[in-house]
Amino acid sequence: MAKTKKRPARPTQKPTPASHLQRNDGIPFDANLFKGIHVNRSAVERRGATLGKRRSVKKQWQAAWLLKAIGFIDLTTLAGDDTPGNVHRLCAKALSPVRQDLLDALGMGKEKITTGAVCVYHNMIKDAVKGLQGGKMPIAAVSTGFPAGQIPLKEKLQQIELSVAAGATEIDIVVSRKLVLQSDWKGLYKEVAACRKACGDAHMKTILATGEIPTYTKVAKASWVCMMAGSDFIKTSTGKESVNATIPVSLVMIRAIREYHQLTGYKVGFKPAGGIRTAKQSLNWLFLIKEELGDEWLNPELFRFGASSLLGDIERQLEHFITGRYSASYRHPMA
Amino acid sequence: MKIKEIYDTMAYGPAPESAAPAIEFLEAHKRTFKLFINGKWKAPTSKKYFDTINPATKEKLGVLAEANEKDVNAAVAAANKALPKWIEIGAHQRARYMYALARQIQKHSRLFAVLESIDNGKPIRETRDIDIPLVARHFYHHAGWAQLRDTDLKEYKEVGVVGQIIPWNFPLLMLSWKIAPALAMGNTLVLKPAEYTSLTALLFAEICEQIGLPDGVVNIITGDGKTGALLVNHPDVQKIAFTGSTGVGKIIQRAIAGTGKKVSLELGGKSPFIVFEDADLDSVVEGVVNAIWFNQGQVCCAGSRLLVQESVAEKLYKKIRARMEKLRIGDSLDKCIDMGAIVDKSQLKVITDLVQQGVDEGSKMWQPSWACPKEGYFYPPTLFTNVSPSATVAQEEIFGPVLVAMTFRSHKEAVKLANNTRYGLASSLWTENINLALDIAPQIKAGTVWINCTNVFDAASGFGGYRESGFGREGGIEGLHEYMKPRIESEFSDKPFTKKVSDKPQAKKNGTNGQVGIDRTVKMYYGGKQARPDGGYSTKIYNPFGECIGEVSKGNRKDLRNAVEAAHKNGSWGGKTGHSRAQVLYYLAENLMIRREEFADRLVQMTNQTKADAYQEVDLSIERIYTYAAQADKYDGLVHHTTHRNVTLAMPESIGVMAIICPDEFPLLGFISTVIPAITMGNNVIVIPSEKHPFSATDFYQVLETSDVPAGTVNIITGSKEELTEVLAKHDDVDGIWYFGTKEGSKNVELLSADNMKRNWVNYGKHRNWLNTAHGEGKTFLRHASQIKNIWIPYGA
Repeated sequence: MAKTKKRPARPTQKPTPASHLQRNDGIPFDANLFKGIHVNRSAVERRGATLGKRRSVKKQWQAAWLLKAIGFIDLTTLAGDDTPGNVHRLCAKALSPVRQDLLDALGMGKEKITTGAVCVYHNMIKDAVKGLQGGKMPIAAVSTGFPAGQIPLKEKLQQIELSVAAGATEIDIVVSRKLVLQSDWKGLYKEVAACRKACGDAHMKTILATGEIPTYTKVAKASWVCMMAGSDFIKTSTGKESVNATIPVSLVMIRAIREYHQLTGYKVGFKPAGGIRTAKQSLNWLFLIKEELGDEWLNPELFRFGASSLLGDIERQLEHFITGRYSASYRHPMA
Repeated sequence: MKIKEIYDTMAYGPAPESAAPAIEFLEAHKRTFKLFINGKWKAPTSKKYFDTINPATKEKLGVLAEANEKDVNAAVAAANKALPKWIEIGAHQRARYMYALARQIQKHSRLFAVLESIDNGKPIRETRDIDIPLVARHFYHHAGWAQLRDTDLKEYKEVGVVGQIIPWNFPLLMLSWKIAPALAMGNTLVLKPAEYTSLTALLFAEICEQIGLPDGVVNIITGDGKTGALLVNHPDVQKIAFTGSTGVGKIIQRAIAGTGKKVSLELGGKSPFIVFEDADLDSVVEGVVNAIWFNQGQVCCAGSRLLVQESVAEKLYKKIRARMEKLRIGDSLDKCIDMGAIVDKSQLKVITDLVQQGVDEGSKMWQPSWACPKEGYFYPPTLFTNVSPSATVAQEEIFGPVLVAMTFRSHKEAVKLANNTRYGLASSLWTENINLALDIAPQIKAGTVWINCTNVFDAASGFGGYRESGFGREGGIEGLHEYMKPRIESEFSDKPFTKKVSDKPQAKKNGTNGQVGIDRTVKMYYGGKQARPDGGYSTKIYNPFGECIGEVSKGNRKDLRNAVEAAHKNGSWGGKTGHSRAQVLYYLAENLMIRREEFADRLVQMTNQTKADAYQEVDLSIERIYTYAAQADKYDGLVHHTTHRNVTLAMPESIGVMAIICPDEFPLLGFISTVIPAITMGNNVIVIPSEKHPFSATDFYQVLETSDVPAGTVNIITGSKEELTEVLAKHDDVDGIWYFGTKEGSKNVELLSADNMKRNWVNYGKHRNWLNTAHGEGKTFLRHASQIKNIWIPYGA
C-alpha cells in the first residue's frame, strides 16, 4: 500500500464554480503509490455480504434515506432506440421524480427533490437540454466510444469536446480495457489525463468496466491510476458488461478513494452503475458509503447511482411507507 | 425524528426486530421453566427457581428450575433407560430423527434467533445469520454421520450416557456441537445449558418433543455449577463433554480422573491474530472486527492478541481506530448494530477490572468517542497498544471486546509471540503470500488456523484446542471420535495377557571360557547418548527364579528433566517427511532383525519364556515396526467439505514431546508397540520401559544408535515406573503422556495431567494382548499420537 507522502503539488487551476468541492486535479503518475496493493477477494466479499446485514433503516429513516437516494440517481437512458420523445420524458421525470402529494405526506413538499443528473448518449444531449427547459440539472453524456472504448484516443477526445460543446456538464468516459489488462498503467494515466483535459469544466466520471477486469487487485490499481489522472468520479461499469456494479467491487474502489483522499486531500466521487434496480439495493450502497467513506460522501457531488429503473421501485416504497399498502408502478408517472 | 431532519443528517435510527414470538414462547411456559427429563417437563425436586434476564435491558425473562441431585439422578437414569432402545433402532432411524431436528430448527429459525438474542444480549444479526444457520447445519451434517455409523465406522460403538455442559456465549450452537455428534453415534445424553442462557435449550427440548424423539434420549436440566458437578460425578455417565473456562476444565479433568469416563474439553484461549506487512490491511480491519467484536468478544477463540509487523503497525492501528468509531452498540434486537450487551453484570465487572489493570500496568488504552447505552450491561470496543507480552491483558483471557496489540519484527518472532501462551485454541494469520501463510500455519500451536479469515466454522470441520485450551475436537470426523469407542475395547482384560512361563529354566548359562566376565553397565539413554544416572544408584533385576540377571540405572527426576530437554532440542525428527521417517523405521526393523537371536535370548533370560515364544515376540516386534513404517506416509489428513469457498485442511500434527510409560508385560513388544507409533507421528518421546524387565529396551539403545534415529527422538529412562510417571505427568514441558499400567497409576496420570492439560491416554488397568494385532497396533495409536489442526484457506483471485 502507498507510503504516506506529502501531498503532491496541485496544478494551478480554479475549482469549477458549480461545485463547492475542490475538484480532483490529479497528481503526477507514481506507480509506487499502488504497486503494493493486494486485495483479498474472499475477505472483501465477506465484508460485502455482511455489510447490508449489519445495518438497517426502517420507517421514517428508510423514507428519508430513499428520498436521499433519489438525489444520487443519474437517471439514465442509453439505448439504440432513444428518441427526443423518451429523452424529454426522462428529463421531466428527473426534475420531479416523486409525486408532489407523496412529498407533502412525507413533510418534504417544500424540498427541491430531483435526481442527480440525466445521463444520455452524445446524440441526445441537445434533446436533454431542451427537455430540461432551463431546469437546473447536470447532463451527463457517455463518451469515448462508449461502451467498449474501441476507438482511437484522438476520436475519444473529439467526442468529449463535442459533448461538452453540446451542453453536457458531466462526461462518463470508458477506459481502454487493453491498457488495464496489459497493466500499462502509464498508458492508462496518459489516456485518462488527456480526457480530463478535454473535459475542461465538465466533471469526468471514469468507467473502469470492472466486469472485464480479472482481479480486485487490478480494479484497485486501475482506480488509483484513474484518480491520479484527475477523474472526478470513478465508476464501476457501463451497464453493458455481463457483470456490472457489485458491492464487493464497489468496496474495493471506495477503499481506494479513501486512501487517495488521505494521501492527497482530494475527494473523488463514486458511481456504481448497472443492475441497481431495487430500493433495498440502493440502501446497501448508501450503507457502504456511509460506513467506508463517511457522511461527507453522501452528497450528489461525490456519489451517484447509474440507474434507469431504480427510481420506480423507490417511488413504490415511499408510497407504501405513507399508506401502508403495497403500491403499483402505474400509480407513478413514468419517465 | 422528522424525515427532513434524517434527510439532512442521514442518521441511523432504531430498526428493531420484534420480540413478540419469543415472548409468546415465554408466556406459553408461564415464564417458568421446568426440567426436561425422560420426555416430560418435571418441576425441580428442590422447588427452587432462579431468574434469567435480558442483559441488554436487565428485564427478567422468566425463571429456570434448579436441578439438584435427585433431578440429575433422574435425568441420568432416563438416559440410561433409553440407551438400549436408541441403539436397537439402528443407524437409519437415528438419522431420520436427526434430520427432523435439523428441519425443525430451520423451520423455527427466527424464533430461536430472537430468543437467543434476548437471552444472551448478542445482536440479532449474529443469531440470525451465524448461530442458528450453523446449528441447523450441524444437525444436517450429523444426520449424515448417524446414517453412516454402522457402515463407515463399524469398528466403533457408542460410549453410552453422555453428560454435556455448555457455556453461555453461543448457547444453542454449543448445544448442537454437543448433541448432534452424541446422538449420531448412538449415545443418549443429559445436557446442562449455562445458567445465564438456558432458554433456547428449552425450546430445543420442545422440538425434541414435537418430532417424537424417544423419551430419555435427550434430557435437558438447568442449574448452575453445582448441577454441572453432579452430572460430572455421576457414576452412570460414561463421557463428559464440556465447553467453558480452563479453570473449570481442570476441575472436571481431576474429578473424572481414574473413572474411565471419556472427556472432551473445549476451554479458554488468547488467540493470536497475526498481520504480516503484505496483508490486505482494509480486509484485516474487518477481520479484527470479526475476531474480537463478534459476540462482544465473548468468544473462546476470539483473536484477542493482535500481532502486527512493525512496518505496518501504526497504519493498521489508525485504520482500526477509525473503524471502531463506526461500530454501533445497542439493544440486541436492533438490526442496525454491531455489538450487543455483555451477558451478565459479573462478566462486565471482570472486563472492566481487567481493562483497568491494563491501564494501571502502563498499556495504552483507546476507546471510541461515542457512549454506550446506559440501561443494559454494555462495554465499548477497546484497543490496547504499547502492550508487552508480560502485561496481564496480554496473558489473561478477558472474554470481552478488548483487543491487545503487539508488534513483531520478523516471521520467526511472530511465531514466538503467537506461541507465547498457555492456550492454543485458534489463530488467524493475514498475508497475501501463500508461501508465508503455509509456512507459518504449521508452526502455530493451535487447533485452528484461519488464513485471511477468522471465526469461521462449519460442521464438517473440527474445532478444538492445543495446550490448556483443552482436548478433543468438535465437528468433522475428528469430532466423532469423542462420542464413540473402538469395539475391541471390550476384549481388554483386567489381568495382563502373558505367555506361558516354563517352570524349568529356559536360558542357557553363558560360559565364560574360564575368563572373568566383563561387567556391563546399563546407563540411561537420552539426547542420543548413554548417560549415567544423576543419583548414582542402580537397581538389581531378577529373573522369575529370583536370580539377579543384571542391574539398570535408577532414574530420578533430574534424569527426566535432562531427557525432556534433550527431546525438545531435537527439532529434526518432527520436521521430516513421512517417507523419511519410514526409512528410519525400516532401518530399525532391519537392525533388530540382525540381532534377532540376541533379543530373543534376552527375553528368555528375563521372563523364562520358551525360545520359540521369544522368537515370536521379536518377529512380531519387527512386523509392528513395519506396520508403522508403512503408515508413516499414509496416516495423513483430509480436506473437508465445508460450506465456504476455501480449502479446509485437517492435518494430523505431532503432539510434541510425549512420555511413554510401557506395559510391564512383553518387554520388547510392549516397548515397540507404544514407542514406535508415537515416533511415527513425529513426536519425540521419553520412555519408561518395563520396570521388571527393562533389558530389551536398554539393549535397544544400540539399535537406535545404528539406525539413523536423530538424537533426542527416543529417550529411555529406567527405574521405578510409578515414581518416574509422576514426574513426567507433572512436567509442564511434556505435551502428552501414555500410560500402560495399573488402575491407580492411570488415575494419577489423569489427575496430574490436568495442570498443563497434557494429552493423556491411559489404560485404567485394562490390558491389551500385545500379541494380537487388533489390540496391539493400528490407527487408534496414531490418533492418540497426533492432534488435528484445521487450517482454513479461502481462495479467490
